[in-house]
Amino acid sequence: MIRTEELTLNVGPQHPSTHGVFRLIVKIDGEVITEATPVIGYLHRGTEKLAENLNYTQIIPYTDRMDYVSAMTGNYVVCHAVETALGLEIPERAQFLRLIVMELQRIASHMLWWGTYLLDIGALSPFLFAFRDREVILNLFNELCGARLTYNYMRVGGVKWDAPEGWIGKVRDFVKMMKTRLDDYHDLVSGNEIFLARIKGVGAYDAETAISYGLSGVNLRCTGVKWDLRKDQPYCIYDRFDFDVPVGKNGDCLDRYNLRLEEIRQSLRILEQAVEQFPEEGEIMGKAPRIIRPPEGEVYVAIESPRGELGCHLISRGKPEPYRLKFRRPSFVNLQILPKLLVGETMANLVAILGAVDIILGEVDA
Amino acid sequence: MDRYMGQALGWGNFAVFALSGIFMLLVSLFFVTYFIYFERKVLGWMQYRVGPNRTGPFGLLQTVADVLKLLIKEDTIPKRADRAMFILAPVIAYVPSFMVLAIIPYGENLYFLDLDAGLLYYVALAGISTIGIVLGGWASNNKYALLGGMRSGAQMISYEIPLIISVTGVVMISGSLNLRTIVAEQGDWFWQWNIVPQILGFLVFLVAAIAELNRTPFDLPEAESELIAGYMTEYSGFRFAFFMLAEYTYLYATAALTTVLFLGGWHPPAPFLDFIPGLVWFFLKFAAVVFFVFWLRATMPRIRSDQLMSLGWKWLLPLSLVNIFITAVVMEILR
Repeated sequence: MIRTEELTLNVGPQHPSTHGVFRLIVKIDGEVITEATPVIGYLHRGTEKLAENLNYTQIIPYTDRMDYVSAMTGNYVVCHAVETALGLEIPERAQFLRLIVMELQRIASHMLWWGTYLLDIGALSPFLFAFRDREVILNLFNELCGARLTYNYMRVGGVKWDAPEGWIGKVRDFVKMMKTRLDDYHDLVSGNEIFLARIKGVGAYDAETAISYGLSGVNLRCTGVKWDLRKDQPYCIYDRFDFDVPVGKNGDCLDRYNLRLEEIRQSLRILEQAVEQFPEEGEIMGKAPRIIRPPEGEVYVAIESPRGELGCHLISRGKPEPYRLKFRRPSFVNLQILPKLLVGETMANLVAILGAVDIILGEVDA
Repeated sequence: MDRYMGQALGWGNFAVFALSGIFMLLVSLFFVTYFIYFERKVLGWMQYRVGPNRTGPFGLLQTVADVLKLLIKEDTIPKRADRAMFILAPVIAYVPSFMVLAIIPYGENLYFLDLDAGLLYYVALAGISTIGIVLGGWASNNKYALLGGMRSGAQMISYEIPLIISVTGVVMISGSLNLRTIVAEQGDWFWQWNIVPQILGFLVFLVAAIAELNRTPFDLPEAESELIAGYMTEYSGFRFAFFMLAEYTYLYATAALTTVLFLGGWHPPAPFLDFIPGLVWFFLKFAAVVFFVFWLRATMPRIRSDQLMSLGWKWLLPLSLVNIFITAVVMEILR
């Protein structure tokens, strides 16, 4: 008899496809995983605790650094929570600007995912194509607020900077360009036999499992559950626009891939309408008080970030600083299903499954 | 060369052997250097980049600079590694890749060695490199390297067999294992090359050869996103350069072999194009094969290891056997 033993493999925190500092201790038998234990916290900065000693305007830049590929949604959720607590009215133009940047951000985030996911699968070029097109969005943001990654763009009551002249036209051009680019993406990758063989039927789970694990966003919709906060609990001005919520059927990595690309298309639809209806004139800041003191009480708001339900639970004691600020971070919640999905899979599937969950370590560890 | 082979080994012909060996080494190093440059340029252009363009005119010295960097890097050997094996592995991987170059005929009268068992020599030597890779993975005492080495071993064994069987068809048509005879047997029109009657064999050969080369979409042994750098994880400096060199030398050898076996070697595609020397034709075909391999790298994702195995055993092997069968039947009918 040949004596065989399990191999304990430490994947990360410096592994190329853990997208940051995620660590996974896997036990493998040959190439088959028998156990997987995620270890998180390498990027923990104590955002929630820090927030307890900061006033609300000071908290906003911290949210940039949570989900750093989708900073605009982070900005929005904390502003939205405070505005809900204050009952503040947001000017029309600011609402539109917020919506446009959030949808651009969703596209940028999904494109980054698309590129890096294919890099995980082993294809090199899509990564560079995705980054080239994402660059356009980053330049738009740069023009708007002077930053490319951590924008610190929104404020309680509105947005900090107005759109410069011709900016809306550039967004319109981008939408037009991106539509053809999206078709290119599909042409390049979606039908590739090797790619399909790698991800079809891999990492599948059903709707019941997804709900019991508290998954949200694409990870939930891939099982066929139609749940998008932009439709089901409209915030900002999403209820004025016409768009679909794509859902999957099999709950596998291929469904998640297709959904993310389809979401780009829906975001483009929203942008198209928003650019048309964009008000010519108007304020960009509402009548927010100089020192923001939300009334005593609790408020929970949730928005649809590119990764799922991004929630913000604010407890105020009527002071300029929050008593407690809790973020429901979709990456963190979605990650919990990983050990269950990995058992019985091979090492090559590990990266395919981990990549398809779409985690951002800044958000997992906060 | 044959003239010298027949004589007793004296200082004179020893010098000839040594010098021609060094010459071949320089040629292959030159080619490898510019393969890498070419690959980076091709990849760059396919990805809306410009590729290397800073070092030297048009970036032509980029690879030279990279190799120099590797040479002056600290040579690290992990503490718990098997020292002797660790040092030996890159050498074992490289030497056969260089040795197989000896039998490639570049033109009608331009070759180093006219060996009657040429193809057999190639196949036999090419298998040895696997040992170097498995050894390197094992001796590194690193789990990722070990996994990479094991994958590589499994992959090379399962692709060597269809590779050999797929060229059997060519051998049957030419009736010889001598590479020069194989080229000479192919005609001056492009439809008289082996690629036309042996199209099935050619396709199997191409897939198996790319898998042998460990290149995309079969680059599993060094699958970066899964296994860091596979068997090369612990290697650095010149030893790492040796592995890379072995890989690119094999690319050179495989592209040359494809040209010789299937694409008519030095023959022009039509007889009236005779005035262009055979070496140019050889080089053009050779470059086309190399380009194809780089092209694949820019396009394809990576296949999974279990799919790789089933492709090798369930598809390529039966297909290559079918190819032999068809070749035999057709030859019998035509005779």
